[in-house]
Amino acid sequence: MRRFVSLWAVRRHASARSDREKLAVLSPFIRRMNGALGFVLAVAFLTAGDVLAQGITGAGATFPAPVYSSWGEDYARAGGPVLNYQALGSGAGVTQIINRTVDFGASDSPVAGERLQKEQLLQFPAVIGAVVVIVNIPGVDGSQVRLTGELLGEIYVGRIRLWNDPRILALNPGLRLPQIPISPAYRADSSGTTSIFTKYLSGVSAIFKERTGAGNAVAWRTGLGAPGNAGVAAAVKNIRGGIGYVEFAYAAESGLQTLMLSNGSGRFVSPTVPGFMEAAAQADWSKAENMAVSMLNMPGSSSWPIVSATYVLVPRNPRDPGSVQRVFQFFDWSFRNGAATADRLHYVMLPPAVQDRVRDQWAKLVVGGAPLWPAR
Amino acid sequence: MSIKAEQPAPLGRRRLHPADTSYRISLHTAGAVVVLVLLAILVIMFVGGRQAFDTFGLGFIWGSEWNPVTQIYGALPAITGTVLTSVLALTIAWPVGFGIAFFLTETCPQRLRGPLGVAVELLAAIPSIVYGMWGFFVLAPFMSEHVQPWLTSTFIWLPPVGDSFFWFTAPPIGVGLLTASLILAVMILPFIAATTRDVLLSTPQLLKDGAYAMGATRWEALTGVVIPAVRGSLFGAVFLGLGRALGETMAVVFVIGNAIRMPDSMMAPSATIASVVANSFPEAEPGTLDLAVLLGLGFILFVVSFGVLAIARLLLRQERMS
Repeated sequence: MRRFVSLWAVRRHASARSDREKLAVLSPFIRRMNGALGFVLAVAFLTAGDVLAQGITGAGATFPAPVYSSWGEDYARAGGPVLNYQALGSGAGVTQIINRTVDFGASDSPVAGERLQKEQLLQFPAVIGAVVVIVNIPGVDGSQVRLTGELLGEIYVGRIRLWNDPRILALNPGLRLPQIPISPAYRADSSGTTSIFTKYLSGVSAIFKERTGAGNAVAWRTGLGAPGNAGVAAAVKNIRGGIGYVEFAYAAESGLQTLMLSNGSGRFVSPTVPGFMEAAAQADWSKAENMAVSMLNMPGSSSWPIVSATYVLVPRNPRDPGSVQRVFQFFDWSFRNGAATADRLHYVMLPPAVQDRVRDQWAKLVVGGAPLWPAR
Repeated sequence: MSIKAEQPAPLGRRRLHPADTSYRISLHTAGAVVVLVLLAILVIMFVGGRQAFDTFGLGFIWGSEWNPVTQIYGALPAITGTVLTSVLALTIAWPVGFGIAFFLTETCPQRLRGPLGVAVELLAAIPSIVYGMWGFFVLAPFMSEHVQPWLTSTFIWLPPVGDSFFWFTAPPIGVGLLTASLILAVMILPFIAATTRDVLLSTPQLLKDGAYAMGATRWEALTGVVIPAVRGSLFGAVFLGLGRALGETMAVVFVIGNAIRMPDSMMAPSATIASVVANSFPEAEPGTLDLAVLLGLGFILFVVSFGVLAIARLLLRQERMS
């Protein structure tokens, strides 16, 4: 840069003097000019940094990413700071907030109490979603197929291998289920969706709990893995006799056939938004530690059994209390104004009473003697 | 420039122009960077994967259980998947690649040589993700509808290996070892074909002319003169293809079925080292055993690929020396 400038200057000021002399004359000028340029650039960067610092940065779970992003756009349009949310996966979200590289982290599965304590994190639920089961059985309307969690667990450990297994037929007397193998599909990548689904199966199927267990990634005993929700959906579509699990938002968008599952009351239900709401309302928030509550296999007339909240993590000891406050303001605004957006994207808002509980948690966070959120 | 430098220096100790020196230094640096980066990667992977080797010992390589929930990791299923797909891909691609190369150098009409050669090389230019998606959306359904049921009914008489490996008796799910091997075969085909063609072209014309002068047919000239003359280089071409197949990631993730357990048939979903790392890496948190295991897997793959390439170089060099 400097050399380029000097060459240019030399050519412009061609005279009888030797090059060396010319450079000697010009060099202070060049130096000052570079200094000035540097100063301007530095100011520009600082200003840009200032603007960025006023925004909200978040990272983590891919599952709520569409609704967070849409809320962020709405919030910015309403005059709030810009949200920059990176859907890196739940694990990455937890890591990033532990390293304090973002204002908030997001995780589909709640972080354990000891870990929250150790890493000085506050956890609260932000929005509710559901996992649904999709099928591809030739000649059969998948939305009419009924399964219990127990049978689903046995399918996913490879104990039930054919669609016309007597135990499946007993649940579906009206359907002509063909004699073709069941091909379970699962997420190949580590995923919060897998975590919710396996937690549900571990709760309702003893053999699944024993042989596979719950986690973001588990040792599947049968079936095939495909990357992402789209991969699982495509695998089920491709394979005759396929079965798989995806987020409801994804299934609803792509018009997949979702089967009926039995819920906590033993009723067979199809996945519907009112059913998710009923499950969320059933959950017992009063005993929830760190706001982590199970909404799996809830009783009710329409409660869908695989419903879960997704969580947000903020530091309890922020370097800049304003950054946490901005996160609270964003979610408070979204709780109050985000219902239409959430509905459009097939997510479920937290019940109003739970929203108030979340705000109470915020109000308990005191940094430097001042609470970060006004108490009710 | 000083007067001293203009005096002729004794031969061999002549002082170089500064530009020469800096040129030489920059070239040496460029060369050193390759070696340093290679060593650094190897060391980092080993250090990062150390925890896995310490925890499981040799069981990390021989263990067949891969369970993120109980935190027991054995790499054998992934190693098996890697080796099976690569070897099968090679078995499919090598004869075809050799056929293409022989056709291009010997029997192909002169007008077609250019376009055909380019077409083969273009296969190598297709991004692997495109192969993966094509494999997943086109090849896999085709396999499950037509190829796999036929294979199952045709080879049902094959006796199983032990009581856990049933060759082609499996539900036709489209993805799995066989489909992944086919995709890999297509992907390594251009490498094998292009390298083989170059090797065949490098055969001294005198040798071939001699063979034809003796009244040899094209086949006799090929098998009796050309192949023996370049045998080592041909192996080298094959091993280059194998090296590529071992490390291929994105295409494999789409078509292998991502099941980290020992396969029970040639059509069973499986996993390769590269596909396991690609799937699990985004959520592996720093400092955990999960990450150490993935880095350890990377180290194993590195060592295997390095071994394969070393053999390829050795064979190619033997050829050049003889």
